[in-house]
Amino acid sequence: MEIYTKLYARKLVEWAKDKPEVLVLSADLTSSTEIDLFKNEYPNRFLSFGLAEQNMVGAAGGLAREGYYPYIHTFAVFIYRRAYDQIIGSVAYPNLPVRFFGFLPGIMTPGGITHQAIEDVAIMRTVPNMTVVEVGDATEIETILDEIQAVNGPVYVRMLRGEVPRLFPSSEPFKLNKARLLSEGNDITLFTSGICTEEALRVTQVIRQKGISIQHLHISTHKPFTDPQILEACLKTELGIITMENHTIVGGLGSAVAEVLAENGIGRKLVRIGLKDTFAHGASQAYLMREYELDALSLVKNVENLLGKKLNIDINDYQSERIQATHSEAKAEAL
Amino acid sequence: MKNEIQNPIKTWENEVIEIANRIRIRVLEHTINNNGGYMSQACSSAEIFATFYTKILNIGESIAPFIPEPFKGVPGIYNPNYETGGLYNGPKNNDFDRLIFSPSHYALVLYATLIETGRMSPEGLAQFNQDGSTVEMIGAEHSPGCEITSGSLGTGLSQAVGIATARKRNGEKGRVFVFLSDGEFHEGQVWEAIAFMSHNSLDNMITYVDINGQCCDGRIDDVMTIDPIEDRITAFGGEVVSVNAHDPGELYKASLLSNKGKPVFVLSYSNPTQGLDLLANRAPKLHYLRFQNDEEKNLYKKELNRLMLSGK
Repeated sequence: MEIYTKLYARKLVEWAKDKPEVLVLSADLTSSTEIDLFKNEYPNRFLSFGLAEQNMVGAAGGLAREGYYPYIHTFAVFIYRRAYDQIIGSVAYPNLPVRFFGFLPGIMTPGGITHQAIEDVAIMRTVPNMTVVEVGDATEIETILDEIQAVNGPVYVRMLRGEVPRLFPSSEPFKLNKARLLSEGNDITLFTSGICTEEALRVTQVIRQKGISIQHLHISTHKPFTDPQILEACLKTELGIITMENHTIVGGLGSAVAEVLAENGIGRKLVRIGLKDTFAHGASQAYLMREYELDALSLVKNVENLLGKKLNIDINDYQSERIQATHSEAKAEAL
Repeated sequence: MKNEIQNPIKTWENEVIEIANRIRIRVLEHTINNNGGYMSQACSSAEIFATFYTKILNIGESIAPFIPEPFKGVPGIYNPNYETGGLYNGPKNNDFDRLIFSPSHYALVLYATLIETGRMSPEGLAQFNQDGSTVEMIGAEHSPGCEITSGSLGTGLSQAVGIATARKRNGEKGRVFVFLSDGEFHEGQVWEAIAFMSHNSLDNMITYVDINGQCCDGRIDDVMTIDPIEDRITAFGGEVVSVNAHDPGELYKASLLSNKGKPVFVLSYSNPTQGLDLLANRAPKLHYLRFQNDEEKNLYKKELNRLMLSGK
């Protein structure tokens, strides 16, 4: 698996080159959100707001009314927790094309609960006019900009930074409201999003080798959630459906799938892997994924529960997990 | 209703004052007919709005329907027909000013102003707070005269900051006027906006504040003081000028202030019972006037009749 470093920083500069209407807005987390290269390259299109997200979001609304495309970058928590009222009244109600790039989704930071966006999908999904997307690999980072720029309205992006793997071929770009089919089967349907797709892939092949077929769909659009592949996969499931998300199980991917099941009268068991209505705390990503059972081991356990039997998968059969250093060249010096 | 009394010396200031008085009368009449209304806001800000629309703002004729059309649905990809109430302030030409109306609870005063300055039919006010109408009680951006949604107080100035930043980038000559209420200074976001405005030298912004000393709970000085407001804004890098909110000459002169690369704040000190002494009996709670009984309502009716007859 190829790993890429600071891919977004370079991609944004290249993509925005011939787009004078694209402005990048920062709330004092410029290198931490990989917009430092943009700032150096196009200083006139870089707006610094300081640690003042409410004003930043309101001003983004004003800029968008005048024909600009404000690309807000900060940690995800500071977007929807700090400036929710401004998101609603100054951006979402008027359906303005503001793009919110929220970094450090879920448990990806040792910054603790003040920095971990564990309920952002749930909250942003409920906002009328809002499109909600989440990237899961290098290909999606490379190809998301064109897709979201075409959206006539606000977009919230759960974004990745630093070292990112390539899971999907470069030739298969991010497509809005289109799930990626990663494997076919009808015993179990597995929906994964964000970093949970990489985590699930550590073990799905081993599960399949035990004779269990899996319909595995990677979800990169949380809203709209109307890709027919989702309903089709649910309908053909024999044993049960599993969702796996780097987020609380309340209101995110698991809930969205539950809504599809209920509205279509599909009587299949649904298992939601995610933070079980709990906050996390400051620790490494790998540690937290294990502690809160967001990892491949947890996926195996839940498959076994659905089957009602052990699969006897040896821990050595798992593809090794990818441990990211807390401090590395791939990240800003600060968190 | 029309004020036919001729003033011996017809100066523009006198005309503004006449319009301001008609705004008050119209709001009072509406308040009596509807058994409630944002009356003190009309008392305090009538001259500010009248001066804006007749003397200060460089704006075009209204391009909106004279009688407001029914609400056409919320904005969104399925509703391309949505228009803002900014159309009542004319087209968005590069050279024209813009008025960003922040405290939406003053909507009744704004609507009355649009009527008295010929931008909206008096029938528009009959739609106030009626189901299916855009003439909403706390205006949103589809309401006449509004081009943003700022019913959540303290959120308007930042939106104006975005508009002013864009206009400056585009090299547009028109300025961005903001109407703000003093209670909004309680919100931290307003101070974030002022810090940004001065850091970025947004000297195309001029913010008129109605300093009527009132917020929902009563006197601002009792609820949470904002003083020394001049010093606070100055310390944040704004250019401050203080005027009498009932003096059209002072209000206009402030708009001509050379701004030296700074955003301008015109602190317009007002009387929340100006032109309606009766209202002072309700102090310190003036935010909303709802009659407690027929006796009180009759007192206001008498006062309305007196004001209409005297043409004050």
